[in-house]
Amino acid sequence: MRESTIMKIHYGTALAAVALVAVHILMRMTMNFADSLEYETVLANYKFIPYAIMLELILVLLSVHGFNGLRVILLELKQGRLYEKAVSYGCLAAMFGLIAYGSRTIIMTNMGMV
Amino acid sequence: MAQVSSIADEQSSQSITLRIARYNPEKDNERRFMEFNVPYEKWTTVLEAILDVKKHFDHSVAVRYSCRQATCGSCGMIINGKPRLACFTKISELDSNVVTVEPMNNFPIIRDLAVKFERLFDTHHKIKPYLDRDDTELTSDAKEFMQSPEELEQYIQFANCIKCGLCNSACPTMATDSSFVGPQALAQAYRYVADSRDKGKDSRLKIIDDSHGIWRCHFAGSCSQVCPKGVDPAMGIQLLRGYMLGFRS
Repeated sequence: MRESTIMKIHYGTALAAVALVAVHILMRMTMNFADSLEYETVLANYKFIPYAIMLELILVLLSVHGFNGLRVILLELKQGRLYEKAVSYGCLAAMFGLIAYGSRTIIMTNMGMV
Repeated sequence: MAQVSSIADEQSSQSITLRIARYNPEKDNERRFMEFNVPYEKWTTVLEAILDVKKHFDHSVAVRYSCRQATCGSCGMIINGKPRLACFTKISELDSNVVTVEPMNNFPIIRDLAVKFERLFDTHHKIKPYLDRDDTELTSDAKEFMQSPEELEQYIQFANCIKCGLCNSACPTMATDSSFVGPQALAQAYRYVADSRDKGKDSRLKIIDDSHGIWRCHFAGSCSQVCPKGVDPAMGIQLLRGYMLGFRS
């Protein structure tokens, strides 16, 4: 993939994440902050499908943006063909790993398996 | 500290301590500084002070220079911590009794103040620094390419680059990323992309659209601060990004 395409995704995910995290914070403000962290309230959020989809989207957006940011930082620290390939594929694998683990949590909670 | 004796010494009432970085990669393990007491006048430049040292005290000081009028871009060095042209920096404007000169950062040192320019010339060459079009063969009915003042305005400041390397020396990304194209080459890429006579925009954008290309600029802006010719490479890079993100065409 071209670097400009990757960076367009990088900027896009940042903007979208800011918007969705703002919605997420606003939703927390609909009730007392301490109450919003109650076990039952958190479970209820996951079981409310539109909210669970939003959490999944935030997870994907932040993972893509964060791991690409990490890739960029690592590429600037050291150069070399092998190193750069390892960093790129390593970050990609870590990103998919985190998305898979986070999605598993969201799906399991949504389906009442937790 | 060595005292430089010169004709100017007898006439001048002012003097400064000139600290020159000495380093020969083939012999020395680390950089050391030699100090010289140099007389100066209101108009004396740092380059003239260094040449005074070479002439009267230590001829082995290595320094690259040519035009002495900020045109050739040969005498770039770090003067009191800031990348500057030695021929374009008057001692009197530094407001200091001690003037320290060191080789430019982010360039391999040949000896003392002279550095290798290979990387700068390589990256400059890489971005095709010439008008790229198919119809440049001279024919009997060939005419000059017409350009309006507005079209000229788009790139003219970037055409003032003298390839002195001060922007690359000041760039923090150049210090860590040995494959980074650098502000000089990126500003020149913009200079040709923005030129209405040029037809090589796509191929040039493709060259800099690399993992060590234009996207690695963090917009520190130090390149623009040190340019002795008033070029603003940081702005050029942002305008170039506009083309790549589809905001400009």
